[in-house]
Amino acid sequence: MNGPKLFGYLFGLPVSETLVNTWITMAIAFVMCFVLTRNLKKHPGKAQVIGEGIVTAIDNLVGSTMGKDKMKFAPYILSLMMFLIFANTCGLYGLRSPTGDISFPLTLALITFVLIEVYTWKGRGPKGYFKEYIEPYPFMLPINIIEKFSRPVSMTFRIFGNLVGGIIIMLLAYEGLSGLTYLALIIPIPLHFYFDLFVGCIQAFIFSMLTMVFIARGMDD
Amino acid sequence: MDGLSIIKAASAIGAGLAMIGGIGPGLGQGYAAGKAAEAVGRQPEAQGDIIKTMLIGAAVAETCGIYALIVALILIFANPWV
Repeated sequence: MNGPKLFGYLFGLPVSETLVNTWITMAIAFVMCFVLTRNLKKHPGKAQVIGEGIVTAIDNLVGSTMGKDKMKFAPYILSLMMFLIFANTCGLYGLRSPTGDISFPLTLALITFVLIEVYTWKGRGPKGYFKEYIEPYPFMLPINIIEKFSRPVSMTFRIFGNLVGGIIIMLLAYEGLSGLTYLALIIPIPLHFYFDLFVGCIQAFIFSMLTMVFIARGMDD
Repeated sequence: MDGLSIIKAASAIGAGLAMIGGIGPGLGQGYAAGKAAEAVGRQPEAQGDIIKTMLIGAAVAETCGIYALIVALILIFANPWV
């Protein structure tokens, strides 16, 4: 297995396959949002009904998971989930999934980490924020610090490991099937269904759910 | 046999041994899914909440298996000693 290809350098910065596929993912997500939200009317058309359905579903999910007072996170969760779903299913249209490079999930996990810390500070105040470190007993301080910093690491590796495992298995399957002409058309279909669609959507959902649960737990005490 | 070959062979065996860590999440997630099935059987109207809770628990239980996978991947593709 090879890592993401390097296409060249732009202003001294490396342009890797991950970067290009991330921009393609962003373009797909942007076009979808644009098509679904163009000329909104009081009597909705087909596109508007789909768009409203997605937004309502995410609103309900955020409301039931985080509580009705934290609905301001719904736009962020929707963009996170949509971005991750499109990025994880890149294998379906023949691109290397950008989530298979550790920099992409690490960035998202760091955004989540900063959000958790900032909103814990805002929700509880400085005293409550530092009190969290010595709960339930003061000698648990090192364990609490390790727990705090292991969260983004585990979130990164969860999504990265799942996607890289899928990429390697798909690669092995295609290499093993290269001799069989007709079977090679049929056998990869269930594998694509599982490793790209199912795992990708489940991991996107889990990443968003964990983000919501951690932020809500930090704010609520 | 030179030292590099021994390191490579030992890395391959180590990667295989590391994936024994896949047993734990398999057992744990199977147990969680079984309990969720029981809960849905007892309370079919709470199916959405049960599935959501089960997925989060299964994802957290999966972490150690993923760590084992990462160790195996590092040993094979990004071995620091080769």
